[in-house]
Amino acid sequence: MLALARRLRAAGVLGINQRNADFIAAWNPRHRYPLVDDKLLTKQLAVQAGIAVPELYGVIEIEHQIRELGTLLEQHGEFVIKPAHGSGGVGILVITGRIRKLFRKASGDFITQEELDHHISNTLSGLFSLGGAQDKALIEARVHFDPIFESVTYQGVPDVRIIVFRGVPVMAMVRLPTRASDGKANLHQGAIGAGIDMGTGRTLTAVCGNEVVSEHPDTHQPITGVEIPNWQTLLGIAARCHDLTQLGYVGVDLVLDRVRGPLMLELNARPGLNIQIANRCGLLQRLYIVERELGQLHTLEDRVGFAMREFALAPA
Amino acid sequence: MNNRHLYVLAALLVTVGLSVFLYKTLRLDFPLSPEVASDAWEVEVKIEFETHGDPVRAELRVPASRTSLPILNEYFVSRGFGLTTTRVDNQRLAIWSRRQPEGLQTLYYRALVEMRKSADPVTTGRAPEMEKPRLGGADLLAARAILDEARQKSADLDTLVAQLTQRFENTSAQDEHVALLLHRRSSARERVARVAELLAMADYPARSLHGLHMAQLGRGSAEMSHWIEVWDQDRWKVYEGATGAPGDIRDYLIFWRGAGQLANVEGGDQLNWTITMESVQLGGLSAAASRERLFSPDLWAFSLSSLPLATQNVYRILLLVPIGAFVILIMRNVVGFKTFGTFMPVLIALAFRETHLLAGIILFSVLVALGLTIRFYLDRLKLLLVPRLAAVLIVVILLMLIVSIVCHRLGIESGLSVALFPMVIITMTIERMSIVWEERGPREAVQEGVGSLVAATLAFAAMSWKLLTHLITTFPELLLVLLAITLLLGRYSGYRLLELRRFKVLAGSAD
Repeated sequence: MLALARRLRAAGVLGINQRNADFIAAWNPRHRYPLVDDKLLTKQLAVQAGIAVPELYGVIEIEHQIRELGTLLEQHGEFVIKPAHGSGGVGILVITGRIRKLFRKASGDFITQEELDHHISNTLSGLFSLGGAQDKALIEARVHFDPIFESVTYQGVPDVRIIVFRGVPVMAMVRLPTRASDGKANLHQGAIGAGIDMGTGRTLTAVCGNEVVSEHPDTHQPITGVEIPNWQTLLGIAARCHDLTQLGYVGVDLVLDRVRGPLMLELNARPGLNIQIANRCGLLQRLYIVERELGQLHTLEDRVGFAMREFALAPA
Repeated sequence: MNNRHLYVLAALLVTVGLSVFLYKTLRLDFPLSPEVASDAWEVEVKIEFETHGDPVRAELRVPASRTSLPILNEYFVSRGFGLTTTRVDNQRLAIWSRRQPEGLQTLYYRALVEMRKSADPVTTGRAPEMEKPRLGGADLLAARAILDEARQKSADLDTLVAQLTQRFENTSAQDEHVALLLHRRSSARERVARVAELLAMADYPARSLHGLHMAQLGRGSAEMSHWIEVWDQDRWKVYEGATGAPGDIRDYLIFWRGAGQLANVEGGDQLNWTITMESVQLGGLSAAASRERLFSPDLWAFSLSSLPLATQNVYRILLLVPIGAFVILIMRNVVGFKTFGTFMPVLIALAFRETHLLAGIILFSVLVALGLTIRFYLDRLKLLLVPRLAAVLIVVILLMLIVSIVCHRLGIESGLSVALFPMVIITMTIERMSIVWEERGPREAVQEGVGSLVAATLAFAAMSWKLLTHLITTFPELLLVLLAITLLLGRYSGYRLLELRRFKVLAGSAD
């Protein structure tokens, strides 16, 4: 057991305790949390900074407003409902269209207006929020993801998670929904995580649960070697999210829209550790390198360039 | 970072905690293990009677705590009966009642009595007002005859009591006066009552005492002995009922004074009682506590044993909570277990102390399973969050009630203790479990539920480990050491045990 711990340490694997004590507690000031825990605030902040985000259609803050939902949604055939304080992809409802009075979910099932209202009411009363506090429901545009991931996605939207440490992107992965994850891009719900080569933006190996997979279980297409377009831009957006929130250790979730390009979905002040498994690489060494070299990285371009150079799989 | 600060603080806490601990063990001889014997007895009174479905009220006279014979703890075992303890004429009385019991009923009273051998504070004062016995006709004549003869043969109170007692004890058929007074009911209790009456006629206020003469009793079944208490000028003096010799009240456990029986039952019959005594290993704790009081009164004034007994008992349980919390800390941050709620398992473990482990686990599982079923049904009604929580809480309490009643009907007595579970905690467990169930599937929900139960079981094991509980209750300063370790663990940044398995893939590829 101790030998295993020592080998993990040698491989630079970051554990929950160390992440919490040495990185989150040390670099994420508590008073900055609301900026990322409230998705509405994050969105407003990003819009001010000129970072592209999915368009916001409306916000439901009190039970009473649910009645006006009908008029709010009239001109939108498809949309996404999210709890402002949700975590882990819980409580997100994706509507892809409607037939007469029914709404079609991403899975193809239909729900009624009444069920939609109940979902929002649950959201407001805090069912999906951390600690069960009162919450808001955001209604925003549905993302039409870039066809690049078409062959390795089963329903839902694949997203790119980038860990940014003190302004420098250190590790990234793409999360691909599966039938098991019900179209959601969260690893613990059964989505696939594929590591990304920081230098090129090309996908590496992938894991599903704790198993290494080479092809998507539903579409049977190879996952490895898919190249993400505009990789440098994605890293730039991620790095700017640090400047925006002043959080030292943050997970940035991006999505590639067919028309609008990379959009910032949400930020996470306590990003999970599964990204290490997806990349088959520990985080610690990269974090230490950033701590050592940070003094010489002055501009955004410096930081992105440094990440692409230092953390590339095969130095180009 | 501030690790240095933390280490200094932890070292300080450990130093203070250990110094007080060492002073108490080395200087004051506080026992380190709970096995050091002391002179204590567990007295058990068992009463049995037949019932026939009528409302039943059973009374038992129980002893009161005294300086020489403090009752450290007492229990009333009365499953299914309502219990009240009152004081009637300055004497303690336990009353059990129940609406419709059937068949043979067994009730227990158990007291842990320490034999201190120290004197009780003497109450002096004026003679108590006592009614003189009203005797008439032949009884009065017989009483006077006996009294006159005893007075002739005695010089003072001691000899008078001895004379009277011996006259009644060595009674023979020929002694018509005695036979007349006893009305042919010659029991030790009756004889003592008559002697007390005669003394009262001779202007010595007197009453009978009924209790256990601890010094002459050993393990096993015990007999009541009946003594006499006589007011001599300014204080009570006691005499042994069988011999009339002055008695030593310090080892006589008084159950009641004056007339009456040990137990009474209304609505039942064939009342029967037995008393048994068992020597108990007390741990010499109170002895050590009194040494503490002697040698360092300041320390004693701020120690647990200076508190009233009832409060001490509360703290005996409260002091276990840190142990349970520490176990949870280890389970979550070092092992990496997932539990529902941070300290929920500690509260469940506290409930296990009352219900016992196996019954506790079964009851808890049954309650949560039933609650979950109902919660899933409520989900279909599309209720708002808070009303739904309240509804689940109400259902949980109803379920507890039903489980108790069903268990009682089936004769499973441990089912009654279900009421000891913290119901709000159970409600929150059900709510969170159902959410995990829906979001991550039944497997993860059951996994987390079992995790909570395992954590509760481990916390329970630690909290009922005799040596550990003894150390914590005797040396609460050890909590400072526990606090220091907790603080240090707060900066533990090593892997959790379960993470080793999770990241195993990464270890292989690195070599």
